Amino acid sequence: MKRSNIILLVIGAALLLLVFNGCGSYNSMVTKQEGVSNAWAQVENVYQRRLDLIPNLVSTVKGVANFEQKTLTDVIEARAKASSMTVDASKLSPEQISKFQSSQGELSQALGRLMVVAEQYPQLKATQNFLELQSQLEGTENRIAVERGKFNDVVLDYNSYIRKFPQVLFAGIFGFDKKGYFEADPGAEKAPKVEF
Amino acid sequence: MIFPLEAKRMTKFKLLIFLLLSVVGIQAKDIPAKPNPPRLVNDFAGVLAPDQLQSLESKLVAYSDSTSTQITIVIENSLEGDDDFDYSYRIAQGWQIGMKGKNNGLLIYVAINDRKIRIQNGYGLEGTITDALSRRVIEENIKPNFKGKNYFQGLDEATDIFMRAASGEFINDTPRQRKSDSPPPLIVILIIIIFIIILIFRNKNGGHHRGYSGVGPFFGTFGSGGFSGGGSSSGGGDSGDFGGFGGGSFGGGGAGGDW
Repeated sequence: MKRSNIILLVIGAALLLLVFNGCGSYNSMVTKQEGVSNAWAQVENVYQRRLDLIPNLVSTVKGVANFEQKTLTDVIEARAKASSMTVDASKLSPEQISKFQSSQGELSQALGRLMVVAEQYPQLKATQNFLELQSQLEGTENRIAVERGKFNDVVLDYNSYIRKFPQVLFAGIFGFDKKGYFEADPGAEKAPKVEF
Repeated sequence: MIFPLEAKRMTKFKLLIFLLLSVVGIQAKDIPAKPNPPRLVNDFAGVLAPDQLQSLESKLVAYSDSTSTQITIVIENSLEGDDDFDYSYRIAQGWQIGMKGKNNGLLIYVAINDRKIRIQNGYGLEGTITDALSRRVIEENIKPNFKGKNYFQGLDEATDIFMRAASGEFINDTPRQRKSDSPPPLIVILIIIIFIIILIFRNKNGGHHRGYSGVGPFFGTFGSGGFSGGGSSSGGGDSGDFGGFGGGSFGGGGAGGDW
């Protein structure tokens, strides 16, 4: 009787401790997850900024007589593909991130080629409109690099938090999954070099 | 979408190579320490004359006092092979130029020997100081002047344009108090009163007690510490010193170029 009481008490205390711990961990995990969503929103923002720039760029380039059609259609297609690619902001699983990254990476490469080809058209480089678009594009690529870095930082923080003890006990129960990173893919990671 | 195993292995391999390269190949230059006392114009290369430096500094400090927008200039000799965007971004973010929440900092970074200029603006200034504007300032004001080594002229024109563009965007809602205007805090008055009482008390007793001679110097230094603090702050009030960076954040906006 007495011994069973003690055992019950110990179990009760342990449970209580677990619940308290769980509450604290849960709240921290929620905060960190919000941080990840917030950083993701910023990432989408800057990628959207690039998507918005492209129609302008395309119409400017089109205005030049006999501009190489292939690079132009490549950019338009890559843009269509990239804008159709949506990511569930509540999941952000590694698979989703890498898919998103590869579709945006194709667009980066197509854009990079377009800018290289554009170098061969002096009449294009002489227009103020094109030069401004060029600087906006460069700024956007820089912003993308910055926001991706910031996103990776908060994901690192979140991922390592949910896998530590005791959070690891609760993370699975409440559905806090590991988030994906942007991987540094050679070529696509670096902004297309825009030379003046 | 089916991901072929080969392709997956390939990207992993590429990633590994990249990571290895980033550890071995890229040596990042350390950013300079935050200036102490805080300054907005930091000419580490020594290309500005003292009066030019002072004129830029006081112009930018006055602007920061009225608008809270912090325009900072950093001039160095060399990037030492580092990337101008990455490096200047690290300075801007590391020094936390601009105010927290407003993110209204702007950095003009110049590497003299590399002949490179880079403008970094905080999130809060992206609406008014667009990348296109930054580019135009670099092309039209910085490059022609820098080509003739007129560094001051170029920076003066550039900061004027940025100040005009960003004016009205922010106001300084927590102006730095001129310390000479603010009344001395209660604690200082209290210490002075205690100091006077002890002086009177000591004089009455003739100071023949060992204990008092111990207490006396202690309060003496304490009291004079309070006085000298007051003195220096009233002296610094009219020199128009910069109050320090406020915790701004940057998103990579701006432009760059070489002359």
